[in-house]
Amino acid sequence: MNKINPKEYNEYVQKKIPKPTFLKNSLWAFFIGGIICTFGQFIINFYKNMGLDKDGVSAATAITLVFLGAFFTGLGWYDKLGKRAGAGSIVPITGFANSIVSPAMEFKREGFIFGVAARMFTVAGPVLVYGYGSSVIVGLIYYLVKK
Amino acid sequence: MDYIRAFIVGGLICVIGQLLMDGTKLTPAHVLVAFVTSGVILTAIGVYEPIVNIGGAGATVPLPGFGYSLAKGVFKAVNEDGLIGVFTGGMQATAGGVSAAIFFGYIMSLIFNPKSKS
Repeated sequence: MNKINPKEYNEYVQKKIPKPTFLKNSLWAFFIGGIICTFGQFIINFYKNMGLDKDGVSAATAITLVFLGAFFTGLGWYDKLGKRAGAGSIVPITGFANSIVSPAMEFKREGFIFGVAARMFTVAGPVLVYGYGSSVIVGLIYYLVKK
Repeated sequence: MDYIRAFIVGGLICVIGQLLMDGTKLTPAHVLVAFVTSGVILTAIGVYEPIVNIGGAGATVPLPGFGYSLAKGVFKAVNEDGLIGVFTGGMQATAGGVSAAIFFGYIMSLIFNPKSKS
């Protein structure tokens, strides 16, 4: 067996790593992400027609989509969709719900405190930390500029 | 018409996420964090509002829309309550979605079990 040095080995590994199929993945992400957002628009219009005000519409829409994302993750459908859709299923808010339910189900056997409740936030935790953190910073700057 | 605009804008935002995941070593968690934070910043500098006006749900349903709600909420609260609003605005504006995510997330993970990956 001929020996290869680490550099050659790295080149060999790089060659063997499957190239992500950029175009195909992007088309899937565009299509599925677009459909989820179109459905979101349908829900927005539905709540608008029910006579909710602007804040009410956006809260009710978020709650509805989060429910559906969590429910379909529970059924196992959302992860099947995610295999094809990639970011198309991750980036919408339904994907945020998916990121909560998936690990929570997975780690149920570790108990309801350190299993379900703690693992729910594996991905959602960082999102909330940076989301709320940046909103406080932005708010503080706005407050200082406004004064 | 608003459905077509939501489809296109929402689809494009997801494509950006997909290209980030395929082209760099970012994981989905990195992409989500980056999207929420950029949603906050882009709204703060006035870039995201026009995108929401064009795309509707196409801009509010993806995660940058979560950042958009956060920034809008904090501005509104600062206008109304001053310094306290810096800390209350973001949570107030997103309370529904986040509480729902925690509640339904917990319930669903109690009801369902993970499907074996086939």
